[in-house]
Amino acid sequence: MSAHAEVLHDHHGPPEANQSSRVDARTLGMLLFIGSEIMLFGSFFAAYFFVRVVNPSAPAEWPPEPYHFPVFVAGVNTAILVTSSFTMHWALQSIKRGQRAGFLAGMVLTFVMGLAFLTTQVVEYLNVGFNTGDGAFASVFFGLTGLHGAHVAVGLSLLLMVIIRGSRGHFSPEHHHGVELPGIYWHFVDVMWIVVYATVYLL
Amino acid sequence: MENPFRSEAAAFRFLLITIGAFALIVVASLISTILGVIVWLGLSAAAVGVYLRQRGPGPKPQHIEHVGGPEERRVLVVANETIGHDELLGAISTRALSVKTSFLVVCPALTTGLKAWASDEDPARAAAQQRLDEMLARLASVGIDARGEVGDTDPLVAIEDAVRTFHPDEIVIATHPAGNSSWHERGVVDSVRVRYDVPVEHVVVDLEAEAGS
Repeated sequence: MSAHAEVLHDHHGPPEANQSSRVDARTLGMLLFIGSEIMLFGSFFAAYFFVRVVNPSAPAEWPPEPYHFPVFVAGVNTAILVTSSFTMHWALQSIKRGQRAGFLAGMVLTFVMGLAFLTTQVVEYLNVGFNTGDGAFASVFFGLTGLHGAHVAVGLSLLLMVIIRGSRGHFSPEHHHGVELPGIYWHFVDVMWIVVYATVYLL
Repeated sequence: MENPFRSEAAAFRFLLITIGAFALIVVASLISTILGVIVWLGLSAAAVGVYLRQRGPGPKPQHIEHVGGPEERRVLVVANETIGHDELLGAISTRALSVKTSFLVVCPALTTGLKAWASDEDPARAAAQQRLDEMLARLASVGIDARGEVGDTDPLVAIEDAVRTFHPDEIVIATHPAGNSSWHERGVVDSVRVRYDVPVEHVVVDLEAEAGS
C-alpha cells in the first residue's frame, strides 16, 4: 500500500479539506459576500427606480419641490472616499514591498478619510431638511445612502483591525491576505458609492 | 472577462473604470437625457465587446520550471477509469527505464456537475482513491516508485494543482478512445498541450478491446 494510502487509512477525525487551485477559499468567500451585497444594493436600486421612474405619480422634479439634495457636500464626500481608495491601494503596495511605514500611513489615512465620509454623511442627514416621513423619495434616499453608510461603517471596522494587526507586525510582503481582502471590500464600497452618488444626487 | 474583485489591484482598477464610466454618463445626461442613455448603452456595448474579445485566444503556454538535478525527470500521470491498464502501465514502464525518474499519479475524482456543485464528492473521491491505491500497488510490484493523489473533480484543475506542486517535465494523460471519453469531448488533452510548455503524451486505453482480447 502506498504511503499516501497508509496515511489516509490511519487518519482519525474528519478528512482534510480538498484545496483546489480554482480559487483561494478566502477570496471565494469575499467574492460570494460581494455578490450577495450587489443583490442587496440591487433591491434598493429597484425601489429607487420604481419610485422615480415606474411609479405613475412619480414627481417630475427629483427631488420633488421644495426639497434639495446637498450635491456639493456629497461631491466633496465622494472625492474623500475616492481618495481613500488610492491610499488603500498605496498601503497594500507598500506592504507588498516591505515598506511598513508607508503601509501604516496608508491604512491610517484610509481610515481617517472613511471616518470623515461617515461623519459628513451624519451631518448631512441632520441638515438635509427632510425626513423619512416626507415621502417615498425621502425613504429611498435614506435607504440607499444609509445602506451604503452602514457598509462604510463595516469597512471602517475592518480597516481598524488591519491597523491594529499591522502595528503589531502581523503583515509582511509574503503574508498580507488580511490587508488584501479588506482592500477589495473597501473598493467595492467605493464603487457602490459612485453608483449611488451618480444615480441619486446627479441624475 | 476576469472577475473584477479577484484581487485588491483588480478591484482598484474596476473602481477607476467605474468612475470614468459614470463621469461620462453624468456629463452626457446633463447635456441631454437621450445622450445620457446613448452613452450608457454605448458603454454597456463596449463592456460586452471587451468580454467577447477576452474570450478569444488564450494566454501563452505556462512555463513549468524544471526542479531537481539535470538528469532527474518528473512525470505526471493523469488517469481515472483507465488507470492500471496495460497501455498506461507500458507508457510508465518505458519512462521508468531512464535514471532518476519520479512519478506522480493523479486520479481526478470524477463526478457529475450537480454533485460537484453540491460538494457531494465523497463517493467519487473514495472510488478514485481505491483505483489509485491499486495502481500504486501494481507499480510497486514491478519496482516503480510512484506517489499518487486524488485530484479535483475537474481534470484540468487537478492537473493544474499537480503542476504547481510537482513541476513535471512531462505529462501523460490516459483516456478512453474518442467517442467514449468525456475528456476527449471536453478537449482536456488539447487544453493541457496549449496550457503548458512540457511534452504531453496521450495514451488511449480501449477497455472494450482489452476485455475482448
